[in-house]
Amino acid sequence: MRLSNRNSSSGSAAPAAMLASLIVIMVAATVYVFAANPFPSRPPAAITSVGLLVDHQYFLTLCVTGTVFILSQLGLAYAIWRFRDRGQAAHFTRGNNTMEMIWTTATIVLFLGLGLMGRKAWAQVRFTPAEANAVQVEVTTNQFVFNFRYPGPDGQFGKLDPTQVSASTGNPLGLDPKDPAGKDDIVVPTLTVPVDHQVELLIRSQDVIHNFYVRELRLQQDAVPGMVIPIHFTANQIGHYEIMCTQLCGLGHYRMRSFLDVVSEADYQNFLKQQGASQ
Amino acid sequence: MSSHAHTGHAVVVEPSGFIRKYIFSIDHKVIGIQYFLLALTAVCVGIVLSLLMRFHLVYPGAHLPFVSGGIMTPEQYLALVTMHGTIMVFFVLTTAPQGGFGNYFLPIQIGAPDMAFPRLNMLSFWVTFLAFVAIIAAFVVPGGAPISGWTGYTPLSGMGEVTGPGEGMGQTLWIVSISLFCLASLLGALNFIATTIDLRAPGMTLFRMPLTVWGWFVTAILGLLAFGVLLAGGILLLLDRSAGTSFFLPAGLVVNDQLQPHSGGSPLLWQHLFWFFGHPEVYIAILPGMGVASHVLSTFSRKPVFGYRAMAMALCAIGFLGFMVWGHHMFLSGMSPYSGFAFSVLTMSIGVPSAIKTFNWIGTLWGGKIQFKSPMLFALGFVSLFVSGGLSGLFLAQPAVDNMLHATYYVVAHFHLVMGVAAIFGIFSATYFWFPKMFGRMMSEPLAKVHFWITFAGAYCIFMPMHFIGIAGGIRRYADATGTNYAAALQPVHVFMTYAAFITGAAQLIFLFNFFWSLKHGAVAGKNPWNATTLEWITDSPPPIDNFGGDYPSVYRGPYEFSVPGYRQDFIPQNLTPEQAALLK
Repeated sequence: MRLSNRNSSSGSAAPAAMLASLIVIMVAATVYVFAANPFPSRPPAAITSVGLLVDHQYFLTLCVTGTVFILSQLGLAYAIWRFRDRGQAAHFTRGNNTMEMIWTTATIVLFLGLGLMGRKAWAQVRFTPAEANAVQVEVTTNQFVFNFRYPGPDGQFGKLDPTQVSASTGNPLGLDPKDPAGKDDIVVPTLTVPVDHQVELLIRSQDVIHNFYVRELRLQQDAVPGMVIPIHFTANQIGHYEIMCTQLCGLGHYRMRSFLDVVSEADYQNFLKQQGASQ
Repeated sequence: MSSHAHTGHAVVVEPSGFIRKYIFSIDHKVIGIQYFLLALTAVCVGIVLSLLMRFHLVYPGAHLPFVSGGIMTPEQYLALVTMHGTIMVFFVLTTAPQGGFGNYFLPIQIGAPDMAFPRLNMLSFWVTFLAFVAIIAAFVVPGGAPISGWTGYTPLSGMGEVTGPGEGMGQTLWIVSISLFCLASLLGALNFIATTIDLRAPGMTLFRMPLTVWGWFVTAILGLLAFGVLLAGGILLLLDRSAGTSFFLPAGLVVNDQLQPHSGGSPLLWQHLFWFFGHPEVYIAILPGMGVASHVLSTFSRKPVFGYRAMAMALCAIGFLGFMVWGHHMFLSGMSPYSGFAFSVLTMSIGVPSAIKTFNWIGTLWGGKIQFKSPMLFALGFVSLFVSGGLSGLFLAQPAVDNMLHATYYVVAHFHLVMGVAAIFGIFSATYFWFPKMFGRMMSEPLAKVHFWITFAGAYCIFMPMHFIGIAGGIRRYADATGTNYAAALQPVHVFMTYAAFITGAAQLIFLFNFFWSLKHGAVAGKNPWNATTLEWITDSPPPIDNFGGDYPSVYRGPYEFSVPGYRQDFIPQNLTPEQAALLK
């Protein structure tokens, strides 16, 4: 059996220096992009109070994970350089139970604490139902379009009949012509909502799974056939925003999008009047 | 046969014919190499697919000679997405570390002559091979390869051609392939568990097993519990498509104005079945890599693994928690938000054993005498990549934050770093480490180092910027990244990543050359070129048919006895008796 007392230390300085520097450069570059934002690498400002909560939780998580990232990568780089083979004897140890306890407890507190703090931003949207006076809009997805339905002056959505669906003849949702509640329903390809007024979306799909995502709302929800999924938001910025499908839904997935227009209360009433007259 | 093994009376006769020796072999070492070569073939296909995707994202209008019609269509892009993911996850990340290295080295490291069920082992490989043939066949059937992603969400995958090209025969072959793969992996998992429990050498207690064996053992338990669920899901999905059932299809589905004849099923049921498998699957991909990293870090730091028991326990904890977090893939699926919150807290808690492992890896290096051989470089790369990829998981584990990051490139960056690149680094580390044992020759160290530097820097250049595209809202699985107005501004980042991907991809040719060149021309390795301690290093390179030439070892100490004070030699093999070891003082 060969003894390992040969001098194998020559040549370990170069790879140690190179690997340690690569790790340091990687950390520095990552921190730089997060801090200096050299290209548009951040989402636009949130337009809901819940969106701000999401941003806050994101930032908190960034601080915690960023600190752990920097410390552990630099620790790794330091160990690589400091303990390279220079002909020394390795320091014999099997471990240290006190240290195991310390870092286990620290990560439990840090990670679980972070998870529990994130509850609020989730609960405000998902655990509480919409207010009674929220504007209700039904969102229907199919390959590869969004349709938005408003109940009209009677406040009632008309009945839908899947056998009547015919996008080619102008009835993409399959509105049942026999139901009087459907006579005044408004069906449009983009979403228009009043500012500072809660909106409840009833999300459904006709064919495969799609998704409703607006970056500025910090809100995503799958549209699942066979389910009607309610979500709600209150937009506080008038503006024109993109709606995207983020769930792989077929060959046209990449171009499945629509727009969200947040308008003043007066403009919203005008929109309803105009659309009601034209349909 | 194996019950006699440790008495030294086992008679294992090497088969003489080519077919019994190399094709339908029941020798775990041959089967391990077969799995490895299958994974090597698959990874070449997978890399080419990913480079085509990267190319298309940057030059969507380019004329490609091998694409029918000249310019890649959206459905062809989605077929690449689907096939790249499927081939990489199943036929590379599951096949190489477990089927390949696990098969080859688990029996040797515990001092056994073979797996517990050698014929079952052969069956596992050949069923896996059939699964690979089925998935490759999906490229050439009418309609082409499926476009529903490696997750195969229904109803997109459940209704046939009406939902898109590739959703006919291609999707059926995908399901058949996955189901066969699950079957094979179930058999393999059973074999690994039985072998680890029953065939350990005298003195090889659980806490004297190398951490590699712990990794394969826990992985096998995960496989046993997870693959059966996806197998069931695959059969139900096949029935939905071909027998008119509606397990995953609700009433009222309308495609192209046509009402579909289904009722009563639930699309979310498929997601639950898929992710109940799918999340343990990511640990199936990474746990063997963790074992290899621990093993290699200890060997080339010339130090025992820091906190060996904590490391073994952390592997078990990750495996255990891994079964309770599948819902974090479904926060926004329409699942109850209360479940989402519970899954979130459980997911955050997986960070704890992962952090324990990271700290212990750095602890293993601390005070060591680090030798920068190629297996060590890849193990160190593994630690860095695992930290980077793991930490981004803490964002995605929170449903509120998931609202902005779900389905973006951030997710793609996260899982590629942590279960893709890190796991591949584990595989590379294992390859450079065990090649001398498997083939009796060393791989070229200078070529291995060039391969490492380019791959390590390249992997970060591809996947670090990808996080920023995701944070800005770049959506994954879009055939045209400029499909949304704002995402066009991120195109220069995509260009950078594509160049990095092509350079990194090209560097893998260095590895391929090194591998095949060294088979013939590498320096002769000898029994123990790394001065390592575990049982595979006491036998010949490559080992004889029965692994130890009839002279089965007994084990007297733990697996990582490096630099023990008072000894002249800085490693003490597991099989040395106390008397033999005393001679080294």
